[in-house]
Amino acid sequence: MPMAAFRIDGDARRVVPPANIPPVVNGFDENAVEAALRIKDKQEATVTVISTGSEFALDVMKKPLSMGADELVLLQDDSFDNTIDSFVTAQLLAAAIRKLEGFDLIICGRQASDWDNAQVPLGVAEILGVSCISLGKKVDVADGKAVVERIVPDGYQVVEAELPALVTVSNELGQPRYPTLRGIMAATRKRPTVWSKSDLDMDESQSESRISLRQLFIPVSDQECEIVEGDDAAESGRLLALKLREAKII
Amino acid sequence: MADATGVLVVGQMSGDALDSTAAELLAAGRSVAGGLGEELSIALLSDSIDTAGQQAIAHGADRVFAVTSPLLADYHADLYLAALDALCRDANPRVVLVARTAEGRELAPRLAFRLGVGLAQDCLEVSVDESSKTLLANRPVYGGNAIAVVSCERTPQIAAVRPKAYEPTEADSSRQGQVISFPVELDASLAKTRVVETVREESEGVKLEEARVVVSGGRGLGGPDPFAGLEDLAKLLGGAVGASRAAVDSGWVPASYQVGLTGKAITPDLYITVAISGASQHMAGCSGAKCIVAINKDADANIFKEARYGVVGDWETVIPALTEAVRELVDS
Ligand SMILES: Cc1cc2nc3c(=O)[nH]c(=O)nc-3n(C[C@H](O)[C@H](O)[C@H](O)COP(=O)(O)OP(=O)(O)OC[C@H]3O[C@@H](n4cnc5c(N)ncnc54)[C@H](O)[C@@H]3O)c2cc1C
Ligand SMILES: Nc1ncnc2c1ncn2[C@@H]1O[C@H](COP(=O)(O)O)[C@@H](O)[C@H]1O
Repeated sequence: MPMAAFRIDGDARRVVPPANIPPVVNGFDENAVEAALRIKDKQEATVTVISTGSEFALDVMKKPLSMGADELVLLQDDSFDNTIDSFVTAQLLAAAIRKLEGFDLIICGRQASDWDNAQVPLGVAEILGVSCISLGKKVDVADGKAVVERIVPDGYQVVEAELPALVTVSNELGQPRYPTLRGIMAATRKRPTVWSKSDLDMDESQSESRISLRQLFIPVSDQECEIVEGDDAAESGRLLALKLREAKII
Repeated sequence: MADATGVLVVGQMSGDALDSTAAELLAAGRSVAGGLGEELSIALLSDSIDTAGQQAIAHGADRVFAVTSPLLADYHADLYLAALDALCRDANPRVVLVARTAEGRELAPRLAFRLGVGLAQDCLEVSVDESSKTLLANRPVYGGNAIAVVSCERTPQIAAVRPKAYEPTEADSSRQGQVISFPVELDASLAKTRVVETVREESEGVKLEEARVVVSGGRGLGGPDPFAGLEDLAKLLGGAVGASRAAVDSGWVPASYQVGLTGKAITPDLYITVAISGASQHMAGCSGAKCIVAINKDADANIFKEARYGVVGDWETVIPALTEAVRELVDS
């Protein structure tokens, strides 16, 4: 979303979605779908996409299906609108994953680009008690193990874990594939499985919010920029160096 | 169980010494503990704790939990987590602060879930509402486009604090504190992941996070080759080279160069951005820079709203001229 289109309603403590920009799948989640499909390219696998929310734009949610995923499960309930609280979201996803018939690998995005929480996947791994590898840029499955190249500050590590496991992926994984025409046709025929709160086995405490939002505001920058301008760009570059020396910065 | 009390910070070590992020957290923790009128403790995890305990006290800790086990000699998320979980249940702190470093990115959320409580993620500022003893956390959301003030509904109230958000307080070796030994019994089978290989991919020379000068390049550079020019400029200034995510995604430089929300947080004295538009997610990693300089051909680019000095122009002309002039200044 361009910065200029970013608006909030401070009183209601929420972001106002811009009128003419359609919603999209979170970028890192497209990387997650791509990671799953690369595994499926190499071996027999079923890829199920799960999402929770209070409302869904179905055409948007079907994009992973048109990329090649097999199934779509939507956890939809009016009460699932608390996206700032990763605790509840993770409980919902974990309950749904338990209800599915088994799994080998859960792949998530590293963070959602709304609240930038980067917590839900780690929570799901904790709740389900499975091994957890975060910030993957390459994910392979072989001999009952997940083998992941994970990003660390000065490079990457190759890490392995027994299945079942959970992996989060980052944009370094590479471009998600485009939907093919065949994929789009197949996706239009597929119907998502929809579960509401009553379909999920959760106790009261698991749906109680752990975080509350007290205020939401747009920060203001009072930075004044001094534009250094010479007769031409080369002159400007030279003047910039002198300016920085004058200000004792270099 | 007695009521929860005090602030516990999870302190990272570098080797045997206290890591700078731990000293930053102690500064944040001091202000929170002051607001609560309660003690400030730090957890240090390793196979044995020596000088780091005294360093932590000098930086403001009232109590040091020396959390030890032979299995804690090297960082492993699963093992560190088990130890922290045990400590939190025993020490029962009101507030826990973790640095949102590479390790903290794993530990903080998992610890919160293990304890069944909420986490205020990636905070720039933490304070307390003194009457209710509630932790208030300011955190950038929507890629830094907005700031949310959040609080935690359960105890312990946990916050992950962005590295470099706080300046460490000056060490005072006359400060007194108590070192409490907290040995933990851990089973090696708790470690469910195994590192089979580590590959380093860093720029040569000064580390990006520690550099006093950083020169970063963005999509507008158009390819990997111009980074050599930025390297020359950075070298002259004794600095390091960074990049925007667009440059990393294009494969021009490794991910370890990335500055920003999902890259590195840097606080150099001088940050020169070249052909970077200044998206909020990029600025999230460099808002602590003392002086930002922007070189961009688009006068309307957002970066000029955040920079102290700017040149509107094509980098292909500006950078060689700037580099030459800097060379003359440095030589003279
Ligand atoms: C969840 C999330 C996390 C993110 N994390 C990060 C992050 O950690 N770090 C990060 O950097 N980004 C991050 N991003 C991406 C961010 O939103 C921007 O897309 C990115 O920073 C843009 O990089 P850029 O400025 O190089 O490219 P652009 O925005 O394309 O800007 C290129 C600039 O180059 C200028 N230019 C072009 N040619 C020339 C020339 N010849 N001379 C001079 N100037 C020229 C243009 O005017 C333009 O301003 C993240 C995004 C999301 C959604
Ligand atoms: N409502 C949701 N439905 C499905 N997956 C989610 C949801 N929220 C978060 N996730 C997953 O968890 C990742 C990190 O999200 P977050 O912790 O909210 O930043 C996302 O990239 C998704 O893979």
